[in-house]
Amino acid sequence: MSDMDMDDGSGVVKKFMFLNRKAPHGTVYALEGLEVVLITAAFDQDVSLVFTDDGVYQLMKGMDTKGIEVKDFSKTYRALEGYDIEKLYVDSTSLKARGLTEEDLIVDVTVLSDDEMKNLMAEQDVVISF
Amino acid sequence: MLHIVNKSATERSTLDSCLRLATKGSAVLLIEDAVYAATKGSAAAAKIQAAQADLKIYALGPDLAARGMAGRVLDGVNVVDYGGFVDLVAEHSNCQSWL
Repeated sequence: MSDMDMDDGSGVVKKFMFLNRKAPHGTVYALEGLEVVLITAAFDQDVSLVFTDDGVYQLMKGMDTKGIEVKDFSKTYRALEGYDIEKLYVDSTSLKARGLTEEDLIVDVTVLSDDEMKNLMAEQDVVISF
Repeated sequence: MLHIVNKSATERSTLDSCLRLATKGSAVLLIEDAVYAATKGSAAAAKIQAAQADLKIYALGPDLAARGMAGRVLDGVNVVDYGGFVDLVAEHSNCQSWL
């Protein structure tokens, strides 16, 4: 790749990982992280969305947020495909530690082992954590 | 004493501290991200079950529902609504919010 291409920035596709580690609703991180992911989709980058630790709770089926009067943004995860964000990964260790399985999640994901997680993380150009 | 915990037990140590320092007969109300501790299969489930011998454990229903956890509550945990929250505060002479 020439220096011109780098300066210009057009056509450069980087590998972006968004690492979601927080439960929804209790803090604003999950919702804000999702907003940033949607913005990034407009720039045609190679985006991976990863859920680990309490972040796996963001994908729980059957949320009913009426009682706490906040937006239920969990359905937005199902719309990500329409923004060409199709790489959704969930950390197996985090799921198991919370008594959850893939069937409890609102979207289709790829469940990764610790080794698969660390390799995926190592190959990224940019990792942004929420 | 009514103890109120609002942070996830897999992110902060407030639940551990609360359970360690609450006197026998006290009530512990789990709200916001702390409700995950009262769900089956969670890392904190065993701690909650052990604590039930000495403490009364409550969890806020609307926070469980918002997190998709309403159907996963541990046996013996009392689910309360906002009215029940108010009753708990009124019934106890003092309360402590673990931040």
